[in-house]
Amino acid sequence: MSAPAIGTTKTAHSDVAPKKKRGPGALATAYLVIYNVVMTAGWLVIAVGLVRAYLVRGSYHGLYFSIEKPLKFFQTGALLEVIQYISSNVMIMLCSPAPGIVPSSVVLTGFQVLSRVFLTWAVTHSVREVQSEDSVLLFVSAWTITEIIRYSFYTFSLLNHLPYLIKWARYTFFLVLYPMGVTGELLTIYAALPYVQKTGLYSVTLPNKYNFSFDYYTFLILTMVSYIPLFPQLYFHMMRQRKKVLAHVEEYKTE
Amino acid sequence: MKHYEVEILDAKTKDKLCFLDKVEPNATIGEIKSMFHKSHPQWYAARQSIRLDPKGKSLKDEDVLQHLPVGTTATFYFRDLGAQISWVTVFLTEYGGPLLLYLMFYFRAPFIYAPKYDFTTSKHWVVHLACMCHSFHYLKRLLETLFVHRFSHGTMPLRNIFKNCTYYWGFAAWMAYYINHPLYTPPTIYGEQQVRIALIIFLFCQVGNFSIHIALRNLRPPGSKTRKIPYPTKNPFTWIFLLVSCPNYTYELGSWFGFTLMTQCLPVAFFTAVGFIQMTVWAKGKHRSYLKEFRDYPPLRSPILPFVL
Repeated sequence: MSAPAIGTTKTAHSDVAPKKKRGPGALATAYLVIYNVVMTAGWLVIAVGLVRAYLVRGSYHGLYFSIEKPLKFFQTGALLEVIQYISSNVMIMLCSPAPGIVPSSVVLTGFQVLSRVFLTWAVTHSVREVQSEDSVLLFVSAWTITEIIRYSFYTFSLLNHLPYLIKWARYTFFLVLYPMGVTGELLTIYAALPYVQKTGLYSVTLPNKYNFSFDYYTFLILTMVSYIPLFPQLYFHMMRQRKKVLAHVEEYKTE
Repeated sequence: MKHYEVEILDAKTKDKLCFLDKVEPNATIGEIKSMFHKSHPQWYAARQSIRLDPKGKSLKDEDVLQHLPVGTTATFYFRDLGAQISWVTVFLTEYGGPLLLYLMFYFRAPFIYAPKYDFTTSKHWVVHLACMCHSFHYLKRLLETLFVHRFSHGTMPLRNIFKNCTYYWGFAAWMAYYINHPLYTPPTIYGEQQVRIALIIFLFCQVGNFSIHIALRNLRPPGSKTRKIPYPTKNPFTWIFLLVSCPNYTYELGSWFGFTLMTQCLPVAFFTAVGFIQMTVWAKGKHRSYLKEFRDYPPLRSPILPFVL
């Protein structure tokens, strides 16, 4: 889904209030800054690629092909964030005397990264016929704008120099971008359905010696249905975060 | 005899919930819970957690008032554990489901497979064998719940029954669907020999698992909640206690491994793998608490797999 996913442990939790948390060491910080700068640059490349292709062609159809490779690279790269988050939590758990509890936000946001990677590879890449659909442009643009803002947010936060504009953008743009992205994703999956059913893509039928079957077509339908309970949860979670973060800043302003 | 006064505060809000005066010094926490229940009928004893410290551990029902580090006016903190359900009820429900569901698939009840297969039987003898093994396994579990196990807690949170039943019933239906499917393929890699070996492993581990349950039951006198280190008995199936802390889980893993081999069915393999992960987590926890509680705990033992895990 197109909502902002996780970034660094420090910023993901210290969005709301300054906490006395033992942040990452100097080396880890350097790595994270480089990671977030590279990701910001990557998504900027995608954004520029989309705009240039539009100007050259004169229409917004089929722009996917102009940014296919960087999209795959940088969206898949986001998997590193899940690993970063898990390994930093493992460090905290190993160093503390009592076994820690992994926060539910890891599950929620890790799931988001996986669903994005799923859309990129298991739907758009795998089903050639949907690549020229306009719905692809819809979610790609939503992801692109969201990620540019999100990664620059993390970069500036790590350097302790966050412009209010970026913070505001991160917690406001999602209001439009999130539904936009979800619409694009759902329409794309829906467009892929007939081709999957016709070709039996990624499906396994009986009989076979492992006595197992899998119907990718049904799986895609179930995926679409799962957006119904999941999307509102993520959306309202971001809205609650927005209230906390932006209201907090206003407290400072009135001082 | 000097009487105590007991006040119970809410652990979160620190509100005064209850004040009991003239409490006997030898009153137990269990008795105090009953008294608290009288003034707050919605909080039956099983859902009360009483502690000395708002963030501390729960006191046990057997703890005696005068042996606790409190003055003659004792302050306790209360936390609501939520709706509770008895372990026996949960076990009977979560094990009864798989028993019945599997049989529905075995007898090919309508609306599962194509209508022409309704109420037909499989032509493969391994399918009949698998049904007997699966049914035997869950029947054994039900009978052990009723007659063998001695539970240290009476209840668990109500939401657990939904979580547990989804797991057991879901996996049972998924496995049973394929094993009893008209297009089921019996083991091909080593055929009949594979099924025979698998059956031996399965039965061996069922007997082993039962032996461990009996040994654990005998560690604990009826109605008590004492904990002792389990040791091998005259029964050879219990000699595994020399190497493992939780051999009941070891044998359980072995049974399902046997069943996987017997049916050569991928969903069964998944069920075995998931069960293995969960039982390893439990075994490690149990092993850790044995080590904490007993100074002289045998060092050779591993939680679930000898020398390995």
